Amino acid sequence: MGEVLVITSGKGGVGKTTTTANIGTGLALSGKKVVLIDTDIGLRNLDVVMGLENRIVYDLVDVIEGTCRIKQALIKDKRYEGLYLLPAAQTRDKTAVSPEQMIKLCDELKQEFDFILVDCPAGIEQGFKNAIAGATKAIVVTTPEVSAVRDADRIIGLLEANELRNPKLLVNRVRIDMVKRGDMMNIDDIIDILAIDLIGVVPDDEKIVVSTNKGEPAVTDSKSLAGQAYRNITKRILGEDVPMLDLEADEGFVFKLKKLFGLKTT
Amino acid sequence: MLLDLSKLFGRSKNSKEVAKERLKLVLIHDRANVSPQFLEMVKGEIIKVISNYMDIDENELDIQLTRTKSEDGDRTVPALVANIPIKKVKDSGK
Repeated sequence: MGEVLVITSGKGGVGKTTTTANIGTGLALSGKKVVLIDTDIGLRNLDVVMGLENRIVYDLVDVIEGTCRIKQALIKDKRYEGLYLLPAAQTRDKTAVSPEQMIKLCDELKQEFDFILVDCPAGIEQGFKNAIAGATKAIVVTTPEVSAVRDADRIIGLLEANELRNPKLLVNRVRIDMVKRGDMMNIDDIIDILAIDLIGVVPDDEKIVVSTNKGEPAVTDSKSLAGQAYRNITKRILGEDVPMLDLEADEGFVFKLKKLFGLKTT
Repeated sequence: MLLDLSKLFGRSKNSKEVAKERLKLVLIHDRANVSPQFLEMVKGEIIKVISNYMDIDENELDIQLTRTKSEDGDRTVPALVANIPIKKVKDSGK
């Protein structure tokens, strides 16, 4: 039976889609059979981040409405064995899908895949409810900003209210230089406020822009620091105990991070 | 109080400290899902009841809605935390 992992954040633009693309590709590279579902109906983007935009025939709404079979709508990523994308519809809106239909779809995909990654739209309305409906686990993406952490807190509350316990936090776009001079909240600050477990820290990295330009996830780039962070997160999802990236030379902080990292993803 | 003192001496804070303080404050209300007026009402009632039995320092009174880990530790639950400095227990309360 596969695992349904929803990637959510509340606030837009913090890196949900990039995270979905990178973790999904990372899991596929580790030999898992993975399907990525873009649930941002009307504003689909996972297809372009993955570089698969030219291969869309059918989409999520077609599957839900029975216009096609699931297999027909899945786009096989030819670069990475075992990786598939179910794109969102672009000309419809969020009401075209219901939470019940998402649960049914996820249940069917679970038979076939090891991991089903659901890329959640921003917001807390219908699209969010659809995205989390079939999920068994959740990753909350945030950045070290007041607005993003505030929205993450709200999302954590809503996940718990929907019986999605113990969501894991991914802190994206951390600027090491700014953290060092005290102009950006560090990981401890954020963990302290949100009171949830950390799954990973992704540094701000220009290579993410380059990789998105090309449609090739950074996780495949051995020189990218963000790519390394995503490779580590992938391993943690698979149950490996990987220390956090050494974001600060300061030993005290690294030690604290390592201590923080005493988490297991089961 | 500390905050006021540091302002008085012109010590500037890191912007991250400002961010943390603002965030914590805004989250108190977000998590409670209640308005500041509601909290003021609760505060007023608590003062009224406790004042019947003891003298309290109303200026130092601090009532917050926050979040804490539940006893079994697998979920977070809302909590009402009140810090009420007592000046003197009234004779009638003994």
